[in-house]
Amino acid sequence: MSGIPHDHYEPKTNAEKWLHRRLPIVALIYDTLMIPTPKNLNWWWIWGIVLAFALALQIVTGIVLAMHYTPQADMAFNSVEQIMRNVNGGYMLRYLHSNGASLFFFAVYIHIFRGLYYGSYKAPREVTWIIGMLIYVLMMATGFMGYVLPWGQMSFWGATVITGLFGAIPGIGEPIQTWLLGGPAVGNPTLNRFFSLHYLLPFVIAALVIVHIWAFHTTGNNNPAGVEVRRGSKEEVKKDTLPFWPYFVIKDLFALVLVLLVFWAIVGFMPNYLGHPDNYMMANPLVTPPEIVPEWYFLPFYAILRAFTGDVWVVIAANWLSFGIIDAKFFGVLAMFGAIIVMALTPWLDTSSVRSGRHRPMFKSFFWLLVLDFVVLMWVGARPAAPPYSTISLIASAYWFAYFLVILPLLGVLERPTAPPATIEADFNATVKAKSGKGKIAPEQIPAE
Amino acid sequence: MIRKLALSAIAALAIGGGQAVVAAPERTVTDFDFSFEGPFGSYDQAQLQRGLQVYTAVCSACHGLTQVAFRTLTQETGLGLSPEAVRAFASEFEVPDGEGGYRPADSPDRFPPSNMETAPDLSLMAKARAGFAGPYGLGINQLLYGMGGAEYIASFLTSFTGEESEQGGVLYYENESFGGDVAMPPILSPDMVEYSDGTVATEEQMAQDVAAFLMWAAEPHQTERKLWGLVGVLFLTLLASLLYLTNKRLWAPIKDQAKRS
Repeated sequence: MSGIPHDHYEPKTNAEKWLHRRLPIVALIYDTLMIPTPKNLNWWWIWGIVLAFALALQIVTGIVLAMHYTPQADMAFNSVEQIMRNVNGGYMLRYLHSNGASLFFFAVYIHIFRGLYYGSYKAPREVTWIIGMLIYVLMMATGFMGYVLPWGQMSFWGATVITGLFGAIPGIGEPIQTWLLGGPAVGNPTLNRFFSLHYLLPFVIAALVIVHIWAFHTTGNNNPAGVEVRRGSKEEVKKDTLPFWPYFVIKDLFALVLVLLVFWAIVGFMPNYLGHPDNYMMANPLVTPPEIVPEWYFLPFYAILRAFTGDVWVVIAANWLSFGIIDAKFFGVLAMFGAIIVMALTPWLDTSSVRSGRHRPMFKSFFWLLVLDFVVLMWVGARPAAPPYSTISLIASAYWFAYFLVILPLLGVLERPTAPPATIEADFNATVKAKSGKGKIAPEQIPAE
Repeated sequence: MIRKLALSAIAALAIGGGQAVVAAPERTVTDFDFSFEGPFGSYDQAQLQRGLQVYTAVCSACHGLTQVAFRTLTQETGLGLSPEAVRAFASEFEVPDGEGGYRPADSPDRFPPSNMETAPDLSLMAKARAGFAGPYGLGINQLLYGMGGAEYIASFLTSFTGEESEQGGVLYYENESFGGDVAMPPILSPDMVEYSDGTVATEEQMAQDVAAFLMWAAEPHQTERKLWGLVGVLFLTLLASLLYLTNKRLWAPIKDQAKRS
């Protein structure tokens, strides 16, 4: 599977040979596990395993929850309470599942920002990046529909607001919204189809995860130095890499257990911290909550959606240029989806010849500003859409687009990157030396972390 | 690096909690101390029993508690009543007999629904309300002191200002914890109930007791859940230590080689 030369599985016993001729499944598992992995991967590379675990956790807890849940508008809320009170261990199952979504998104955001910092999206890994973005979009759809299932106040009104986004499309919006909801408003048909899709999409995600892994096993992992593994011979490869098993499996497991330690503490001690109290009230179409707030992991994009109000000059300009077709509401929807699309297009927007952000002095500052920007957007997304928050969200949204559409293309021309290490081996050796014996080597040999 | 990760995790959590902010008018919620707060807190059985007494004598006149089955009152981590006591208690309530009439409730039955359409069911009220989520919607207060549902209920019951106003023929009562006028009148008055354990039934005492009881009603398995949490954290700490050592041992020759190069 890998493009990097390494030792392949050789069946030894007769039984192994028999099976191998018919189905080379052991070879597939062996080659996947023994894939040469750059030695110098740092701790930011552990989130892939956390994500794989989170997906498995959500599927397993979700399947058991579905055995006790009733997707019917009059019964859904009470069936969730039934799980919380009367199903053996049901309260743990449900809290693991609802907080599991938070774990999933927390991990995916770090995973994405890691990719953005180290240039993991750059050639030849564009397909890995695009598949990753597809997975992320499906995760958002799955997470959103899952949040509707308990049929609480936030479930209902969140569903109303989010499906309303499609209603903002000029002309065809309303029929689309009605088609999505299965009726004029959020109701039993909506709940039923959301349950069906919430059960289906994780398996689509799982399939895409396999493709994602296949893609980067073909190109090889990126690494903090951003230089490729030398592929001249197996000996060269061995200098730059170590097999995934056991070196990275054990390292990743250690990191996973640390992450799970925090996760488990949240589930055990404060499982409702990341939720909204209003969702412990049954959905009531007649009572609108004072403020409809999505789950924390949607807040940055929710902030972008709300940032572009009718008095912003770009919105006025777009409205004028499109002869009134693009109003403020539709502009917001376009901006929200656009925020994800520009991220997906990063491989073609970043013009720099150097891959890793570690060797790009100007890029670094803009990158960390983007991380800060993301956190600020998350914060204003939960605040009322009124001054000063509306101004803050507008500035933060503008920076999000500027980073991808202006800064990344320009930096490739304006910036003078520092020289990356010659090989992964050199980078690994220098890093290990720098960590073990301070002062033993000249500072210029230490790569910037 | 690990410390960095942990810090960012805490920061992200703090921000995540911000969503609990509702743009309601300014509210004042007193931070009462409850025995069930924090990772090791558990319900105070005597307090829950007093709270049940207040609920039965006062709240149940209007409010229902339909998610709670009488049999769960025997729960050891909850009220810990005897099955006989529960059966006797349940028989004071009436539930539909399925033939259009009513019969006395038994332990498998649930508490009856609200008697007034405008009085919400209280089963989940302690989780459907929250305390102060600030500052600036960052959720730090709730991270440190809990979600504050029980605090809200106890505050609500004790923070009527005495101001009344008539709106559309209905009398409304100003409440500082709600941050506005509510339809529910101030209901608690000193010595409304006589506690069998001799506790003096002040307004604040009754408010806290019934808030604790409603927290139990909303989250009956809280103590078990925290135990799961503790066991899991201890187990994962052990596992993490072992994996740390394994990882260190595994990479030692590789790193030695790198140092010698």
